[in-house]
Amino acid sequence: MPRLAHSIRQPRPLHPGAWWLWALGLAAAVSRTTNPFICLLILAVAGFVVVARRSRAPWAYAYGAFLRLGLIIVAVRVVLQGLLSQESQGIHVIVDLPQVPLPSWMAGLKLGGVVTWEAVLTASASGLQLATLICCVGAANALASATRLLRCVPGALYEFGVASVVALTFAPQFVADTTRVRAAQRLRGQDATGLRSLRRTGMPVLEGALSRSVQLAAAMDSRGYGRRNDVSVTTRRLTTGLVLAGVLGVCVGLFGLLDAGTSDWLGIPSLVGGGLLAAAGLVAGGRRTARTRYRPDPWGLPEWLVAGSGVACAVLLVVVSRTSPAAAVPPYPVQVPELPLLALLAPLVALLPALVAPPPPDRVTHS
Amino acid sequence: MIDFRDVSMTYEGAPAPVLDGVTLSVGEGELCLVIGPSGSGKSTLLGCVNGLVPHFTGGALRGDVSVAGRSTRDNHPRDLADMVGYVGQDPVAGFVTDAVEDELAYAMESLAVVPAVMRKRVEETLDLLGIVDVRGRPLATLSAGQQQRVAIGAAMTAHPRVLVLDEPTSALDPQGAEEVLAALRRLVHDLGLTILVAEHRLERVVQLADSVLLLQKAGGVVKGSPADVLATSPLVPPVVELGRLAGWQPVPLSVRDARRRAPELLDRLPATDPEPLPGGIGWVESGAPETVLARTESLVAGYRGVTALRDVDCAFRAGEVVAVMGRNGSGKSTLLKALMGLVSPTAGSVTVAGASPGSLRPSSMVRLAGLVPSQPTDILYAESVGEECRTADSDAGAVAGTCRSLLSTLAPDVPDERHPRDLSEGQRLVLAMCVVLAAAPPLLLLDEPTRGLDYAAKRRLVEMLTAVARDGRGVVLATHDVELVADVAQRVVVLADGEVVADGPTADVVIASSVFAPQVAKVLGSRRWLTVADVARSLAWQPVPTPLPVISP
Repeated sequence: MPRLAHSIRQPRPLHPGAWWLWALGLAAAVSRTTNPFICLLILAVAGFVVVARRSRAPWAYAYGAFLRLGLIIVAVRVVLQGLLSQESQGIHVIVDLPQVPLPSWMAGLKLGGVVTWEAVLTASASGLQLATLICCVGAANALASATRLLRCVPGALYEFGVASVVALTFAPQFVADTTRVRAAQRLRGQDATGLRSLRRTGMPVLEGALSRSVQLAAAMDSRGYGRRNDVSVTTRRLTTGLVLAGVLGVCVGLFGLLDAGTSDWLGIPSLVGGGLLAAAGLVAGGRRTARTRYRPDPWGLPEWLVAGSGVACAVLLVVVSRTSPAAAVPPYPVQVPELPLLALLAPLVALLPALVAPPPPDRVTHS
Repeated sequence: MIDFRDVSMTYEGAPAPVLDGVTLSVGEGELCLVIGPSGSGKSTLLGCVNGLVPHFTGGALRGDVSVAGRSTRDNHPRDLADMVGYVGQDPVAGFVTDAVEDELAYAMESLAVVPAVMRKRVEETLDLLGIVDVRGRPLATLSAGQQQRVAIGAAMTAHPRVLVLDEPTSALDPQGAEEVLAALRRLVHDLGLTILVAEHRLERVVQLADSVLLLQKAGGVVKGSPADVLATSPLVPPVVELGRLAGWQPVPLSVRDARRRAPELLDRLPATDPEPLPGGIGWVESGAPETVLARTESLVAGYRGVTALRDVDCAFRAGEVVAVMGRNGSGKSTLLKALMGLVSPTAGSVTVAGASPGSLRPSSMVRLAGLVPSQPTDILYAESVGEECRTADSDAGAVAGTCRSLLSTLAPDVPDERHPRDLSEGQRLVLAMCVVLAAAPPLLLLDEPTRGLDYAAKRRLVEMLTAVARDGRGVVLATHDVELVADVAQRVVVLADGEVVADGPTADVVIASSVFAPQVAKVLGSRRWLTVADVARSLAWQPVPTPLPVISP
């Protein structure tokens, strides 16, 4: 490991895996709480880190889009649950609107009528939780290049990684093709839009995409894609079995950890065991392809710190939800929820990357 | 190095073999240029070298192809990746990653090259191909010439001993082609690679070639030194045609060769400039009223914050062929689109037949002007040529059979039941042109019509455009092809950065230019000869009869 990889000042793109671990840690933390103060704090922390450490690549501006999506979610939740639903209505009335009588088959819905603080606040809190979750994913998208992340997939998943990279590069191409062909339709004197025009756009675009994929496959074949070592059928089956069992274990473990109702004794052992099994499967599968990596992203001190801060945030909030459940999930929406020091500390830990992640190189994106 | 022994290749469902009994060998360190009319099997021959044909394409291959003793019979393309580097026609379609360095490293990663060696080779390749300054850039943001060089570099990093290039400069503007050729020259001189390259625009590559391989329609091949093969080949660049006309032995391959012998030819030519031919360069129809079909006045237009045209003043008249030239991104296509109303002016005005194209419905617009886009397939949707013609008639509101009868005049050999995709590039262009002409627009616009066309198809295009102009229509071409311009255009408009930098009769604009001068003008200096036909008329000779151009099926 080169020394420079441990420097937190030397500009370089951080390992995308570190950003994703950090963001997933934040997301895991959010999933344990509906306390609007904690959610807002995490939202602010994610936003601050994005602004401090994003590159100038096109995807770096994704956070804003995710934030807008989050606001829409909150608004929809409030309208649907607070104003239209008859449930979760409390006693603190904001306004009593004239109610429109609805037919009997629309039971459970109301239009107008009493709107209470309880309904609006519960809806905003749960909407805010969802919005924050989405923004955590948005932060990872803005900070880490998807293609760089896919370059890190283990050898056993190499084909999957290539397919995803190809799909990622095809999407913008597809949009460009569609625009071009739609413009060309005017050249045939097409005024109308509709099914007929859709077919006429579809044919050239699909044909173009198809012929491009054939050319790409030919190019990949001539550049050595798919060279592999021979392995026995037993090894292949063993690999598949290991990976499947591992993934199952990880799922059970995650469910156990994130669902507050389940005992921790289901969560942690399944997660660890599943993780180990899956890793063993991937290592065994990786033997099939003999490949090397060009300039792999190093995993140095900054990566440990960034990923660690995300994980720490999640762990702290799990602790909060055990020690003071009323702070994590406030039972009375109209009361100001309590906010123990630990709950305040958890999101702040996740602010660490803004200081310790190396700044992205100014020449953008790819080092 | 490359050996073909009695190779015959037949694609599935094809009535006749593409290659028939081909035996040839290409020596180590040789640059062999593969030429032939389109559809003669150039791509098939190239694909055979690394086994893409038949392993990837299917079909039946008889005989044996081997590279350095390794037969493609037992080796798949991926197994030959360390021996043969292959760059297909469209470099962008072959990109696997989205960044320059990753793309260069891709083949080495597949071949499990040690990381330290990879790093060194990527650095060397960046230098070799002159792409160091774009190493960190996403591939999509590069110019076409840079992309082509990255594609060549990506094939080079695996250190193959053979490099196969399918039309590396056909789609490039002259500047981009120059960059790629300079890189190729370096590969040949410094690394001693064996290179097999197919190219329609052979005037660009022929000076570099050690040998030329001519594919014939019947599936056979002729291989020999460039001068020998080109002396009799039906496909020749203008400079060779000029050499044949002047009776020079051996024929000159480059403008430089020809220029040394030019004084002798100039002595034979009359001192006065040739009389312009009716309809040809410099010919003005006397007495005919000048009908302006379209006009732009201080036109400013662009897309998403980029201003592509600045204060463009132009007029396009009936019966006139105008060529719009300039670098990639100089605004040529935008000008055509503005004339069609696809781009609306941000300032200034465009008028076509007195109306503003942006305000017209597409169905009325196509009766005033028709545009053939740079990819003719964009406006072709039908399953067969016949259906395409019928839809074109109904779209245009023309009498049934209009489009088909146009097509039968321009390209009689295109059958009704053929799928547009199975036509040759030249035939597709003609079909798209007929579809557009079915609406009988007085103004015909063409964007890069010669991309992928061989000399015969280009000659057909020149005849067609001349016929269209003689009908009293106006034609506007956006093109890089200086020879096409010399052949067909009466007026040239040169754009640079969206501004008109020259506008005048073809001869006045192109002769003095270092970039836009056709080969004949470069050879004969500052006199007003642009094409071999001009020279032939001046010599009062008939042009040497070459086989009549036939657009290949």
